Amino acid sequence: MDAKPAQPYWNPYVAGIGLGLVLLASFVIMGRGLGASGAVASTITAGLNAVAPAHVAGNPAFAEYLKEGTSPLKDWLVFEVLGVFVGGFLSGMLAHRVTKTVEKGPNITVSRRLVFAFIGGVLMGVGAKLARGCTSGQALTGGALLNAGSWAFMLMVFAGAYGFAYFMRRQWQ
Amino acid sequence: MMAPFFKFGLFGENIGLVVAFLVGIGFGFFLERAGFNSARKLAAQFYFTDLTVFKVMFTAIVTAMLGVYWLSVLGVVDLSLVYLTPTFLVPQIVGGLVLGVGFVVGGYCPGTACVGIATGRIDAFVLFVGIFAGVWGFSELYPLVSGFYNATDMGQLTLPQVTGLPYGLLVFVVVLMALGGFYGAEWVEKKMAAGKKAEA
Repeated sequence: MDAKPAQPYWNPYVAGIGLGLVLLASFVIMGRGLGASGAVASTITAGLNAVAPAHVAGNPAFAEYLKEGTSPLKDWLVFEVLGVFVGGFLSGMLAHRVTKTVEKGPNITVSRRLVFAFIGGVLMGVGAKLARGCTSGQALTGGALLNAGSWAFMLMVFAGAYGFAYFMRRQWQ
Repeated sequence: MMAPFFKFGLFGENIGLVVAFLVGIGFGFFLERAGFNSARKLAAQFYFTDLTVFKVMFTAIVTAMLGVYWLSVLGVVDLSLVYLTPTFLVPQIVGGLVLGVGFVVGGYCPGTACVGIATGRIDAFVLFVGIFAGVWGFSELYPLVSGFYNATDMGQLTLPQVTGLPYGLLVFVVVLMALGGFYGAEWVEKKMAAGKKAEA
């Protein structure tokens, strides 16, 4: 897809400062932080609302994403996540890192890896709903705002991942 | 005091959506620059071989925390107008554990999966479909779990309120913790690399 060799990633501290400044800009300009999982809920609500509006209205987990007089997709996080796709693609393209591939360790088949990716995604969706945010909206944003629940969440993300890493070692190593 | 600009009515909802898109571009750009489009790199965090996740995350947290703190001290930003997700302690602890397990099983978190998809990672796309399934499933079952979801409601709660310590002191403590963590992370990476060499 891209003939030139992929460039190395940036120094993590430099990339981290860039990310922190984007987050700071969001605080200063909008009075809110970043997010990702919320856009998924808005998208699902928009889709369901088109085919089964009564079902959506009857369940507060969907209804809270409805907007008066306009689509649930006309939402801050939806537009932000669209930007994330564009920004990621721009950065990847400029550094010749856009490649159609599956990320995995050498000791697992592609199909098994994709099954794990799906299961991980389901867990992530449930976890983000329960916690009212994911690594972006809770850990990063709430972390910088010294939000008590976000710090508890962040510690638990690391605890859960480190605690379960042993069982997943064949996938990655 | 004039920021957050949106909260002071400097522009409306529609311009806000343009800002959202631009902020998202910046977010995605730096996530990709850090290497977070690669599940292998992300997952390596949990095997102590590559601690980029920790380094990037805490550099970002410290940068934004220091920025918003000093801008509020200088009277530029009204911190009380920056949205704080309310704390529901127990569901957030359980949600964090579930998401953490999902992270090492799937290899991405929701934001990094978007960047993975944007750079052609098929596993990131499959994981994103999984997130849709998880969010949808949870929402369908919401009436059954709403009691737990709304348990231990503590409202908007900050660490300064919990500990009774001044905001500025906690900012300083987090900076010290991060610097200690960075030093430790560099040390661990060196040790792991040396161990690998010895094995080979």
